[in-house]
Amino acid sequence: MADRLLSEFDVVVIGTGLPESIIAAACARSGQRVLHVDSRNYYGGNWASFSFSGLLSWIKENQEKADPCEENTAWQELILENEEGIPLNEGDQTIQNVEHFCYVSQDSTEDVEEAGALPRPSASTTSAFSTVSEETSAITEVESGCLPLDGETKSEETCPQSVTGSDPERTNDKEGTEVTSLEEKYCNSIMPDPSVSETGNNKSELITEAAAEPREITYPQIVKEGRRFNIDLISKLLYSRGLLIDLLIKSNVSRYAEFKNVTHILVFRDGKVEQVPCSRADIFNNKQLTMVEKRMLMRFLTFCLDFEQRHDEYQAQKDCKFSDYLKTQKLTPNLQHFILHSIAMVSEADCCTIDGLKATQKFLQCLGRYGNTPFLFPLYGQGEIPQCFCRMCAVFGGIYCLRHSIKCLVVDKELRRCKAIIDHFGQRINASYFVVEDSYLSEKICKNVSYRQISRAVLITDRSIQNESSDQQISILTVPPMEKGQPAVCLVELCSSAMTCMKNTYLVHLTCPSIQTAKEDLTHVVEQLFSVAETGEVGAREGEDEGEGQKPKVLWSVYFNMRDSSSVVRSSYDSLPSNVYVCSGPDSALGNDCAVKQAEAIFQEMFPNEEFCPPPPNPEDIIYDGDGTQPEDPGFSNPSEDKTENVSEKSLKEEPPEE
Amino acid sequence: MHGRLKVKTTEEQAEAKRLEREKKLHQYVTATKAIFEKRKLGQLDKEALELSNKVLGANPDFATLWNFRREIFLHLEKEESPEEMQGLCKAELTFLECCLRVNPKSYGTWHHRCWVMEHIPKPDWARELELCGKFLEIDERNFHCWDYRRFVVQRSQVVPQAELAFSDSLITRNFSNYSSWHYRSLLLPQLYPDPQHQGRITEEILLKELELVQNAFFTDPNDQSAWFYHRWLLGRGDLEPTIRCVYVNREHASLAVAFSRPVAVAPASHDLIVFGDESPLVVRWRTPDGKNKPGFMWLCDLPTSALNNHWPQHTFRVLWAEGQVQKECVLFKGHKDCWTQDSVTEEQVFRCELSIEKSTVLQSELESCKELQALEPENKWCLLAILLLMRALDPLVYEQETLSYFAALKAADPMRSSYLDDLRSKFLIENSILKMEYAEARVVDLSQKGLTTLCHLEHLLLVTHLNLSDNLLPSLPPTLAMLRCLEVLEADDNRVESLDGLPPLPCVEELSLRNNRIRRASDLQALAAFPTLAHLNLQGNPLCQIEGIQSELATLLPNVTTILT
Repeated sequence: MADRLLSEFDVVVIGTGLPESIIAAACARSGQRVLHVDSRNYYGGNWASFSFSGLLSWIKENQEKADPCEENTAWQELILENEEGIPLNEGDQTIQNVEHFCYVSQDSTEDVEEAGALPRPSASTTSAFSTVSEETSAITEVESGCLPLDGETKSEETCPQSVTGSDPERTNDKEGTEVTSLEEKYCNSIMPDPSVSETGNNKSELITEAAAEPREITYPQIVKEGRRFNIDLISKLLYSRGLLIDLLIKSNVSRYAEFKNVTHILVFRDGKVEQVPCSRADIFNNKQLTMVEKRMLMRFLTFCLDFEQRHDEYQAQKDCKFSDYLKTQKLTPNLQHFILHSIAMVSEADCCTIDGLKATQKFLQCLGRYGNTPFLFPLYGQGEIPQCFCRMCAVFGGIYCLRHSIKCLVVDKELRRCKAIIDHFGQRINASYFVVEDSYLSEKICKNVSYRQISRAVLITDRSIQNESSDQQISILTVPPMEKGQPAVCLVELCSSAMTCMKNTYLVHLTCPSIQTAKEDLTHVVEQLFSVAETGEVGAREGEDEGEGQKPKVLWSVYFNMRDSSSVVRSSYDSLPSNVYVCSGPDSALGNDCAVKQAEAIFQEMFPNEEFCPPPPNPEDIIYDGDGTQPEDPGFSNPSEDKTENVSEKSLKEEPPEE
Repeated sequence: MHGRLKVKTTEEQAEAKRLEREKKLHQYVTATKAIFEKRKLGQLDKEALELSNKVLGANPDFATLWNFRREIFLHLEKEESPEEMQGLCKAELTFLECCLRVNPKSYGTWHHRCWVMEHIPKPDWARELELCGKFLEIDERNFHCWDYRRFVVQRSQVVPQAELAFSDSLITRNFSNYSSWHYRSLLLPQLYPDPQHQGRITEEILLKELELVQNAFFTDPNDQSAWFYHRWLLGRGDLEPTIRCVYVNREHASLAVAFSRPVAVAPASHDLIVFGDESPLVVRWRTPDGKNKPGFMWLCDLPTSALNNHWPQHTFRVLWAEGQVQKECVLFKGHKDCWTQDSVTEEQVFRCELSIEKSTVLQSELESCKELQALEPENKWCLLAILLLMRALDPLVYEQETLSYFAALKAADPMRSSYLDDLRSKFLIENSILKMEYAEARVVDLSQKGLTTLCHLEHLLLVTHLNLSDNLLPSLPPTLAMLRCLEVLEADDNRVESLDGLPPLPCVEELSLRNNRIRRASDLQALAAFPTLAHLNLQGNPLCQIEGIQSELATLLPNVTTILT
């Protein structure tokens, strides 16, 4: 690290998870000087996505949990007399019980390397990295495009990699997938030119090619194609009308990401995976429901859309359980199950009517904005989203440093305000506001805090849980609890065109609030839905397979528990100065509202008079000074994308047809 | 402040925008001028195409420029090789696509596209079909595109099956789509015509369609498009007109022909011919109400030579549409009239002939509609469908039930209460006609039915006594003139204000109009032309209060022997 960082900022943000990144972007956008650091060598913290080898390194790191290195207390000498140092955590304590399993042939693993892997960057010389094993550097391969790899390059002013189009390999992959840009559903020309038919041909070629390939996938193949994987640590989806989508559109950050519509809403019932009819078209086309059920379901859903206006229809049962309320609503058990578990997605045991109605309403309001389901998934994984906001921050002058640990917060004893941080080089950086992600806070500060846990499993499988449908689908499946009191498990299955896994495989995420370890919480669901067999057993079980109706086979899996700090109230942190703001890690909910709300609340607390992520100005309206300090092209000058207001929208309630 | 972008103020922005607009306007005006100059000089060249490109790109509704482009293309066609023309037309299609993306509902653009496709040496229809698909994906109700699609389908001879599949896919996506339902109603009769010509499509397909449409209206009973299609499915095939009745009256030397559908007949028609005892008669045709428009009934006076009191019988034969339809009746010596008539009951005039299978389908259809109605008691479409199904099943059995549904429907849809009253009147009259036929009578009692209108009067050609009392009729319609045999007409307790426009009824002797709203003697002027009217009862009308009304009426109607006031 030849050059030192500037030592004066307005805001220092520690951690690159979603809420921190949104805050960093909002601050930079409103003209603050922002320093955004992360002690890890990747973006996103527990919101990150990894390639396969990246995930292996992450697993290794979290399994080893190397004892913190020798306590480096050099920073204490830099604390002045009227000051106090609050040390920050060195290692990550948020991940536990990591177990991974491989069910396919592992022969010749040793020789295989991830295709396209870059030579490892030379090991960092700084002691701060001693907790990071050498292998982890492979993680950076994915982000190799233009990521600042700490001190080797001059990291200032580099911005996170462009999400789209930076890698030709990636863009090629997207042929034949339906990609949603938030700006306008139909912004792609209707039939741009005769090349349309050409793409069609390509597509069919691809398909035949794929069909010819043997379906048996080996571990070396997975490792070799490791860069095709973008495996999220936390599995989330974007509600089409959720706060995150609104923010992405409003702030124009949406231009850095592309999305795919979740195509199927599924439910697990009586041992079978069924499709949930949730939109008007679904209900019309559904073959399982009787006519009367169709009517009853539509009637109830229409009611939920504007239930507030129809006070008298639920008031008496406002505080009852939602599941009991549904029983009084002329709905067959079939429909009650759909609504409770797959539409409202609330707990049978403890959700009250009003919350259930609100959840149903939210689901319904999201329908039809971008497709027939309420959810979007970001191509290349959820980990893209924090990076998009980081890019926005960088465009407006924010400075980024990964692998940059912060040793302590420096607090003025008299004012009880934080005035600076001291980094691992012993540099003191002054700022007025400090945003810290929960996992960086030491045990001392958190001694009164009680955390929840999230149980997670990630599986790589060989076929979709929906056997009849075409293969490029993204599905969400709710598995209701087996016993009362247990949480429902949310399962998201991603296909290769979501750019999260290699061809002919599926990536399955399972998530639920923890009761026990992830393995204990989730195994029963995995066993119900998938065939889990060791390599050796495959032959023995083949005969059985046919009887089992061809469950997808798990090729590889990992289980882990992640700390859920979303419900921690600020007052439970011990002796934090008032200008230090804490962001929580991911919560267990499906959407991202919690992170967005938190980011906005923190930003408004810091800058009550500033607008939160206003739309960026039109490039034509920006006046560039002649003195050469003009920012680089902020990336807002794509002429085809004017404003974001043209989002094409349809809703459950159609306009009356033309007469 | 550091790092903050400098942004133009709103005034600066407005000014920049204004300048930009001015520049655009200037370009537009200059280009337009240049084009018209070229047209004047007859310079039909590629440069002119280039110029109009710019203007049409900005304003695709400039019809004159599209015309000019066509002139240029027609001119170039003479000069250029087919390969060259193919290239030009292709470029034109691409340009049109751009214009359509700007305005997908521009008449001129779609029209020009049709024209280009007709003139391109090697048209690629498959691509056009794909284009339509894309546009309909964006707006499934863009009727311009639907029109163009029909054009493409016709030219490229797409099989109706493929089009039906297309309609399936659109309905699957969004069933609130009149255009695709309507398209089905055109395609299905082509693909699966009913061999018996009773319904519109074969029963097997009908069953499938009924299920499909049922899915739609159970999902959203307030969506009209499905109900309209449902109604079409329950309708019957459009039959060719037939002659339902021929009536000859010796005394009036007249002949009346009643058709199953309104037909147009010229006064000296060659379509409608009468033979009297095997020799063609020269007659002039007219309608009973004297209006010259398509009607159910046509009258003519027979030449005196055709009727002879001494002959034992006369045979009259009426031929329609080159003899494809004909009917005969025989007038015997000593008889004053004669007729031949098809039976309403046998021919199922008011409903479809139902096979056993279809009848069970309709029955189950009725049950599911009733089920839906129980869930959605307020839904007018469902109530109306129940009514129509009951009519289709058995009008007489369901008569009372139908009336109660009418009441519910009127409550649910007060905006259409008058329409519903008329519809109810129609159904009640149909029922009465059926009952009359079953009773083989020539007397119809339509009293106390709450009628607001009269219809189906062509079926009452032979009726001698008609009771319309105690209804809500505002007038006696001119179509009453189709009752060629009517002798006694009772229309007490209605809301008749005047008989203006009522043509003379040839046989009426007794007319009772008690308790109506006739105010003046002149409102009865029409009766003066009634040849046989002898008894008139006007009691309880406002005109009875007028002094000296008796004498006034006596002057007006000298031939009427008794007038009660």
